[in-house]
Parts: sequence; C-alpha cells; structure tokens
Amino acid sequence: MPQLALPSRKEARIEVAGEDALIIYLDDFIDNNISKEISQLENRLAEELSDCLVDLIPSYVSLLVIFDPLVSDYYAVKQSIIKHLTFDFTEAITNNNIIELPVYYSPKSGPDLKNIAKTSKLSVDEVIKIHQEKTYQVFAIGFAPGFAFLGEVDARIATPRLATPRAKVPKGSVAIADQQTAIYPEQSPGGWNLIGLCPLPLFEPNVKPHIPYQVGDSVKFTAISKARFLTLGGQL
Amino acid sequence: MNNNSNVYFKVINAGILCTFQDLGRFQQGSLGLTTGGPADKAAYLWANRLLNNPANSPVLELSFGGLTLVANTFTTIAITGAKALLTINGQPKENWQSHHIKPDDEINIGFASQGCRIYLAVADGFLVKQQFGSASTVVREKVGGSNGLAISAGQLLAITKTEKKPLYRLAKKDVPDYNNSLTLKMITGYQHSLFDRYEIAKFFANEYQISSQCDRMGYRLTGTSIQSKISKMFSEGICQGAVQIPPDGQPIVLSNDRQTIGGYPKIGSVLSRDLDYLMQCSQGNKVNFEPISIHCAHNILHLAKAKYQRTQLLKVAM
Repeated sequence: MPQLALPSRKEARIEVAGEDALIIYLDDFIDNNISKEISQLENRLAEELSDCLVDLIPSYVSLLVIFDPLVSDYYAVKQSIIKHLTFDFTEAITNNNIIELPVYYSPKSGPDLKNIAKTSKLSVDEVIKIHQEKTYQVFAIGFAPGFAFLGEVDARIATPRLATPRAKVPKGSVAIADQQTAIYPEQSPGGWNLIGLCPLPLFEPNVKPHIPYQVGDSVKFTAISKARFLTLGGQL
Repeated sequence: MNNNSNVYFKVINAGILCTFQDLGRFQQGSLGLTTGGPADKAAYLWANRLLNNPANSPVLELSFGGLTLVANTFTTIAITGAKALLTINGQPKENWQSHHIKPDDEINIGFASQGCRIYLAVADGFLVKQQFGSASTVVREKVGGSNGLAISAGQLLAITKTEKKPLYRLAKKDVPDYNNSLTLKMITGYQHSLFDRYEIAKFFANEYQISSQCDRMGYRLTGTSIQSKISKMFSEGICQGAVQIPPDGQPIVLSNDRQTIGGYPKIGSVLSRDLDYLMQCSQGNKVNFEPISIHCAHNILHLAKAKYQRTQLLKVAM
C-alpha cells in the first residue's frame, strides 16, 4: 500500500460567510488529496455539530458550514472546526470509491466532439480515447441536483465553454468546460461542450442512493456502443 | 402523507406563482439540492402561528397574488405577508388574521399593492408529501410538493377538517411595513476583505435598484458597478443572502432557491431579517447596504426571536 498519512492542512483558513455560515478553505489550490480531506472533514463535522447543523456544502477547496445561529454561535462553531483541522489526517483513506460510467461517444450523441477535435488538432477517436484515460475526482456537486464537477481533464482536450449556451442540453449529456468534465443529470440549459451520452440515471429523487457519487469519489468513463447504450435504457 | 383527498381546497385561479412552502430543505446540499422555504420567513411564521400550527406546517406562498380557492369542508385559514385584498364569498376580510371557512366558501386574494409575497396557512397545514425531508417546492429542481411544480388551476389541495377554533389577529403595530426604501444590513464575509477599500466604500455609499430579474432564486440589482480584483476562484458553497459581484459589477442577492455552489466573488451576506423584506420588494424598488459584523447579526437574531415569542396575538370577537 502506498503511504496513506496525509499532512494536516497548515494553510487552512476559516472565514465568515454569513450570519449562519462559516467557510473553511483547506488550501488555495486543488491537489490529489483535497477532495478526500474535505469529504472526511464533512463527515466529522456532521457528527460534531449535529445539534446545530443546517447543511454542509463541499466544493473544490472549501467546505461551507451552515448552522442555526439561534442554537449555536460563531465562536462555538469555529472552535469545533478548529478541533478537526488540527487533527492530523493520518487515518486510512476509506473513501476511495471509483464509479464507472458508460458513455456512448459519437458526433450524434456528442455534437461538439468534431469541434473539440478540430480545435485541438486531434481526431474524434483520439478525443474520445483521451477522455477515458483519466480517473476523475468529484470536486463538487451543485448547479443542479446530482450535477458533479469532475476534473481535471487532459489539457489537450480542455475546451472553453460555448460562446452562446444551448437552451436545451439533453439529459445524460457528458460534457467538457475548460479542464472540467460533467454529466447533465436532467435536460437543462448549458454552455458546456457535449461529447457523449450516459444512459444511467444520475439523480433519482425516489430511490436511494439518489446520486451515484459524492465529493471525494472518483469517476471513470468507459465507451459503449449505440446498441449497448439503448439496452441500458438510453434514449436518443 | 395523510391522503385524505376528499377534504380539500379546489384551485380556481392559481395566480402568477403559487407554491407549497414549509421551513425548507436541510442537509441535502451534498446532493446539490437547495433549501427552498418561505421567501419571507417572518410572514410565513406568523401565518402558522395565527392558527397555532407547528412552525413547519406547509402553507401556500403566493407571489404577487391572484389566487381563488373553493373549500369543501370546515376549516380555519390565516393570511399574512404582502398587502392584498382578501375576500371570502365577496366580503372583504382582514389580513394578518385567521378566518373560519365552511363548505363552498370562495376565498379570493387579489393582487398585492405593497409587498409581493402572500402566505395562506390552513389549520393543521396542507397535506403535502415531503421530498428530501421537506414539502417546499423548488420549481427549478422539480422537487417538493405538487410534484415539484407550481400549483395550477383545477388542482385539489388536501387539508384536514377541523373543529371551529378561536380566531386571532396580529396587532397593527406588529404587522411589518413593506415600504419601498430598504436598508439591507450585510454581514461582511466571504471575499469581502479582498475587495479594494474604494470599491467597498462605493458599494455602501450608493443606492441600488431592483432589476426585472428578481425571483425566489435571487435579486439582481442595478447601480454603481463594483469591481473586484479576484479574477479566478473555485466554485464554493453559497449561503442564504450571499451578495455576488459578477464581472459586470452589478450585485446579485441570492435567496431561497439559489444554486448551492457558485464561482463569483461575494462581498458579504444579507441579514436574514432584512432578506425577508427584500423578498417582498419587486422591480424598481430601491435598496442600499450597511455593513455589520456576525456578532451584531447574532444579537439582532436573538432579540428578534425574543420579541416574536413575547408578542401576544389578539383574540377576535366571534
């Protein structure tokens, strides 16, 4: 096993966000461990602050802690957070789920594939291959229920957002924006570059787990054929 | 859900935007779900309190008005929030008061003349199926009561038949005044200290106007442009009342149905009590901001809670 001990975050800062919220910045930059550390901190604070906790929102380098200001106060919540920040991250990383998601990559299911290939001077097949090579970290979930911000995409296929967002991005669209990649759980407006479709549901309000991943998990994409896509319940 | 669907209000007109709201949806941020909940929490709490309901009982939140309901049972209702003409069978009735309802009564709420969010609570609350621990409807997420949709004409809203309860009203002096000029106290937080001092001074010295883009998600303001030197930042969690400064320098105050994360710098967060008043404002109203510390904010919240608990409802002669 590789070295599991992580150093404590000396750069961590706690700032006021609002009357009912503090935000913890673990660092100014993302690195390989930060999402897992945020996820650990999220679990610890969920327990520590259970009396006054309203919500915890993890994202990239930060964790927003929303509490009930009529139950606890700024000092008490800050002290609880500090207690867990000085804790050395030496425990084994148990949270190392890798979620595999099938994708039907094609110019039809991913209308921006050709454009990405053209601007990056690669073939469509190379773009598809490069997108599958990496295991991506879940940095944040938001924008819409179940929408996961994954990174980081290989610089060769990183592509800026569309100048004009689409009014309707189809449900299940796999997309790229700069060095981020994501899947749209539902049809919505969106400005990311579409490269394929995932046939699996990514937000199920009536079934647990409601979403297949959480911040700190990893995601890997695997190409599937059109036939397989349709068998898995995908719709074109 | 206690699906006693033979006892209900039938919706004749649903107005511009009518949704179910309770206190909101909590601890679902890791799924990307926002909080929802009443846009004007103070008015919402009074509506339930006038009926002696638990604070989390689902009510109807009506934006701008235009609601007509017909009852098929005996119950009691209470109306709070924006100033709008309430009639029962065509007879004008007082807002910020509870009223008895009998079968075939037609309840009509006109359009708001001051404020824009109206709350209609019913004895024992509307019977709404919870999703993710709350009845609150967030239309953008298609989550919550009424299948995640706004309430529309023809729907039957399940309620409970109740015995005749004593009627109460809130004294005139305790009814909020939704006037047109509003100072929003803002807790200096998030990236506040990264803004240039001159930009911060400009922000607090100038008046802003509410643009046409104002809804339960947030209020976009127009006025003196505020520049930040923060060119690139990672998206992060957004709390209620957060004031985003996007690249065009026009502030956006985020509210109940806000996105949970976002990447624009924030200059602080509006105090919840003042956010209630902002959410009663509409296009063209003017606001300005005043800085306060988190300690001062907590004092205000505790005092407000004490005042709310101390305030006595007045019994209405029957």
